Amino acid sequence: MTQLISLLTGAIVFGTVILYGAVGEIITEKSGNLNLGVPGIMYLGGIAGLAAAFLYETHAAAPVGIVGLAVSFLAALAASALGGLIYAFLTITLRANQNVTGLTLTIFGAGLANLFGGSLNAMAGGVGQIHVALTSQSYRAYIPALAGLGGVGKLLFSFGFMAYLAILIALAASWFLGRSRVGLNLRAVGEDPATADAAGVNVTRYKYLATCVGAAISGLGGLYYVMDYIKGTWTTDSTIEALGWLAVALVIFATWRPARAIWSAYLFGVLYWAYNYITGLSRASIELFKMLPYVVTIIVLVAVSMRRSRESQPPHSLGLSYFREER
Amino acid sequence: MAEEFAVRMVDVTKSFGQVLANNKVYLELRKGEILSLLGENGSGKTTLMNMLSGIYFPDAGQIYINGREVTISSPHDAYALGIGMVHQHFKLVDVLTAAENIALGLPGGAVVDRKSIAKKVREICGRYGFDVDPDKKVYDMSVSEKQTLEIVKTLYRGADILILDEPTAVLTPQETEKLFAVMRNMRSDGKSIIIITHKLAEVLAISDRVTVLRKGEYIGDMDTAKADARALTDMMVGRTVTLNIQRDQPERPQRRLEIRNLTVKDSDGVVRLDDINLDVYAGEILGVAGISGCGQKELLEAIAGLQPAVSGSSVKYRPTGPDGPAEELLGLGPRAVSDRGIRLAFVPEDRLGMGLVGSMDLADNMMLKSYRTLGKGMFTQRRQPYELAREVVRELEVVTPSIETPVRKLSGGNVQKVLVGREIAMHPSVLMSAYAVRGLDINTSYTIYRLLNEQKKAGVAVIYVGEDLDVLLQLCDRIAVLCSGRLNGVLDGRTATKEEVGYRMTAMADSGKEARV
Amino acid sequence: MNHESLLHISKRDGLVWWRAWLIRLAGLLLGMAVSAVVIYAITKLNPVRVYAAMWDGAFGTTRRAWVTTRDTMMLLCIAVGLAPAFMMRFWNVGAEGQILMGGCATAAVLLYVGNACPTWLLLLMGAAVSLLAGAIWGLIPALCKARWNTNETLFTLMMNYIAIQITCFLVAKWENPKGSNSVGIINSRTQAGWFPSLFGQQYVLNVILVLAAAVLMFLYLRYTKQGYEISVVGESENTARYAGISVRRVIIRTMAISGAVCGFSGFIAVSGSGHTISVDTAGGRGFTAIIVAWMAKFNTMVMILIALLLVFLEKGAIQIASQFHLNDYASNVVEGIILFFLLGSEFFIQYSVRFRHSHKKEVEA
Repeated sequence: MTQLISLLTGAIVFGTVILYGAVGEIITEKSGNLNLGVPGIMYLGGIAGLAAAFLYETHAAAPVGIVGLAVSFLAALAASALGGLIYAFLTITLRANQNVTGLTLTIFGAGLANLFGGSLNAMAGGVGQIHVALTSQSYRAYIPALAGLGGVGKLLFSFGFMAYLAILIALAASWFLGRSRVGLNLRAVGEDPATADAAGVNVTRYKYLATCVGAAISGLGGLYYVMDYIKGTWTTDSTIEALGWLAVALVIFATWRPARAIWSAYLFGVLYWAYNYITGLSRASIELFKMLPYVVTIIVLVAVSMRRSRESQPPHSLGLSYFREER
Repeated sequence: MAEEFAVRMVDVTKSFGQVLANNKVYLELRKGEILSLLGENGSGKTTLMNMLSGIYFPDAGQIYINGREVTISSPHDAYALGIGMVHQHFKLVDVLTAAENIALGLPGGAVVDRKSIAKKVREICGRYGFDVDPDKKVYDMSVSEKQTLEIVKTLYRGADILILDEPTAVLTPQETEKLFAVMRNMRSDGKSIIIITHKLAEVLAISDRVTVLRKGEYIGDMDTAKADARALTDMMVGRTVTLNIQRDQPERPQRRLEIRNLTVKDSDGVVRLDDINLDVYAGEILGVAGISGCGQKELLEAIAGLQPAVSGSSVKYRPTGPDGPAEELLGLGPRAVSDRGIRLAFVPEDRLGMGLVGSMDLADNMMLKSYRTLGKGMFTQRRQPYELAREVVRELEVVTPSIETPVRKLSGGNVQKVLVGREIAMHPSVLMSAYAVRGLDINTSYTIYRLLNEQKKAGVAVIYVGEDLDVLLQLCDRIAVLCSGRLNGVLDGRTATKEEVGYRMTAMADSGKEARV
Repeated sequence: MNHESLLHISKRDGLVWWRAWLIRLAGLLLGMAVSAVVIYAITKLNPVRVYAAMWDGAFGTTRRAWVTTRDTMMLLCIAVGLAPAFMMRFWNVGAEGQILMGGCATAAVLLYVGNACPTWLLLLMGAAVSLLAGAIWGLIPALCKARWNTNETLFTLMMNYIAIQITCFLVAKWENPKGSNSVGIINSRTQAGWFPSLFGQQYVLNVILVLAAAVLMFLYLRYTKQGYEISVVGESENTARYAGISVRRVIIRTMAISGAVCGFSGFIAVSGSGHTISVDTAGGRGFTAIIVAWMAKFNTMVMILIALLLVFLEKGAIQIASQFHLNDYASNVVEGIILFFLLGSEFFIQYSVRFRHSHKKEVEA
């Protein structure tokens, strides 16, 4: 029982990171933009939050955790939206190829984040690794009374606020796409931009906004990873990139539905951590276990294409640019 | 003083690259009238209307709506001015419902209020006699349902000025009548309507006035009451063109293709071609008539091996006449057909999307079907195709900067010459063509007729799928009429009348029932 | 209420080649200028000296020049592999995985039969198994694309991570010494299965093999019947069917070739340079090569230039980074910025932009 709960809590924390990435990418893809820069954007969100918190904590006379939280949260949103803006400008206005631009954004984001993450402290004249303990603590704060309510309490109430925010955002995105007027227009843009255009929807504006808002949400995944998952530090490696691709996989697995992405994200978490709870695995076979989320994603992708169901296909114009006067 | 004109377009000009699609066009639409915009295919009707609905932006000229000069730079602007257009290719999002398609792009509250949309849709339907299910997904709808939805959509948006682009092309006669009734209702409601068409009968039947375009130029307008088919034709084609198409008696026609029980279903399982039995003779031109989308494409593509046919179907190829050996064509596929030395030439409707490779130059396009046998081993041989391209350019007077020019950059007529030239160069025994003169000027059209006649004379079995009944009646030896995927008689091209062909296109002869598309 | 857009954008009919390259050069220079500003902001170093130092990092010594060459060849080889797939409009973003599978297969040969066979046989076997492994990795998504039209961008992307996990699995299995979580240099004593030095230089064979691949691919795409089929399928599947080309077969065959060449670059990475296997054997080059192949418009000769440029930037930036105690990721930042500008410059080659004047003025005039 304890094992199961600790597996599930681990899965939820893990799932939250990719849930942010995936929900943001769903909104982006619904506009017809396949942004393969998600990993880069998550990097940007993570490093911007970390750097902002770091600057605040080192420069403020008496730093307060909650202020650090606010500063870093806003910084992460701004930086990742900016990443989305670069992508949007290149692919929408300058009509560059989406795949190539996205991959470049990933290279750029990973580079920038790891450059600063690795040397921020040194550049500020400090020693050792960067650490924003105060801010990270407020990210990880939970209500002890509730979390203490045995296994259920731990399972439901032991997380920092961003784990709940992720669910809220996913539900909001689900409502937004399914029910709201703007969401309807957005879906039409991704399915058939010429038709949306003819109906009076400003395709360019929708694509820009969806890409930037989507990127901002994706970037929160990086922020959550840095502040909560690794507790306000930085590791110069490609973990965020791997998580970013997993977020792209999650979009497919959830067949472009944000609500479905919630439990799918936790399922990915379970699949990813399952090896910890199976006895007798060698270190080698653990690595094989970690490929499970990708394998199930491929199975879903192939199954969807086999069934040819009209409802669970990728947005019809995904990956294509739109220009009105082309003839 | 109330403004008399709902729309005035003055000296509107639009060009695409080198092509001048509209040259200083003038158009006026009075309030509460139905105006026909008449012109042949490619005369610039749709381009002009696209500028009114904000799809294209004019290079020059002014547009006045209700007397006020306006700039329409997006469909959104057009809609704000009360202009709604129903395009020939429906602008509907497949995966959305009817109600969602209607709500698309509209201002309003944050939430899509399905109930009030449904209510208003029913109201519109009630007033004009439409039938639309607000919750039906577009991908589940038939063609005429989609068109109805399109019209309801523009009305829902409060359009006062409606533009219908060739609305009857996809409709049965009954549906057409219903549409016309609706249009009259809308007119009495005070709406102003432009109907784009190239059918004279419709112009005379429905409209109050008619504006004629020819080759992107404004020719004139007149009250329909004062117009007759003769005068309109003159305006449309410029001068009275008696189609002096040459037609020789077939010399010793021999049965070359035997089509038996040919049935074709599309990927959704819908029957597109239903139990066709037809013979095609060498040395004659067989015309195929029908409303667009009645199985013409499927017929040709099935013979060419591009569409799978239902089992039990058969197309026998008899190279040496009815008593000679026969070869089953179905199930072979284009590759096997050519490997067996069956020279089947096919000029498809979609020239750049199927017949040619737009980004390749003339020479490379010449070897599209023959590249396998040209050259030794794994390498291509480009000398012969290059020579052939030069020959085609010379013989058919193709206007092109060079042989190395990508065919996409050529004009429509020259593209078609390249395609037909290649197909004829393979010395076919069967030559199939779909809408071979669509969008071509008169001269090029005559070149194509001449080429087809030469093939007929050389003993080729020629199939000509056409839309212009005059051409069909004056070019073809026999005319097979398709109606909703079924064969509705084969007529003698020399004795058949236009009325008879037209009637058979729309109504099955045996059952007497009206045909449905 | 109405506003017309100020800019009028229209497609160019075709630009003289040298003007197109001039625009690209302008993009490159602009990108380098922006990178210089960024580097200056971080290091406070004179930008001119920065680029001098970068040159030094890439070509400063014979050794560095050879490393730059080696890495250029590696990147080129992958891009050459991607060329046929891209020409067919098949988005193979799975090069990373194909390289790793090729690399793993080569490493297996070196590890298991390394001391039982002569070098020439080892190299032949390494090349063969890497081609095969890469081809299989490319074939899986191709089969699904051909059969069910499964989205290949997403499929090949996912295949990368499966390959990465398989590599991790094999690294754990083969680790040497135990507990190091790395395979170490394979056959470091015997050098069995390593590329031999030619003309006294270690990486000459890499250059020969990759340039040969580039030339062969160039000829294959331009002058063979299969290359012709690839361009037809890439332009329009309908036209291909009309011409009697089996689209499925072309997709499958082309992806087998594409995957095989990418797998072959895994062989070069293992036998010809790293002599070990890890996820860094690919190290993101599979993604960078996509950009190389795309920007070269499937022309394998142009790829040489672009690959060289990117590797030069990488080596140069690493040099700067080490001088200023930054980490190697500085190179990715510079690379990213310059690529952004190069991607953007393509727009000005494809389209002409001019200001639109008001229509009223035209009437008055």
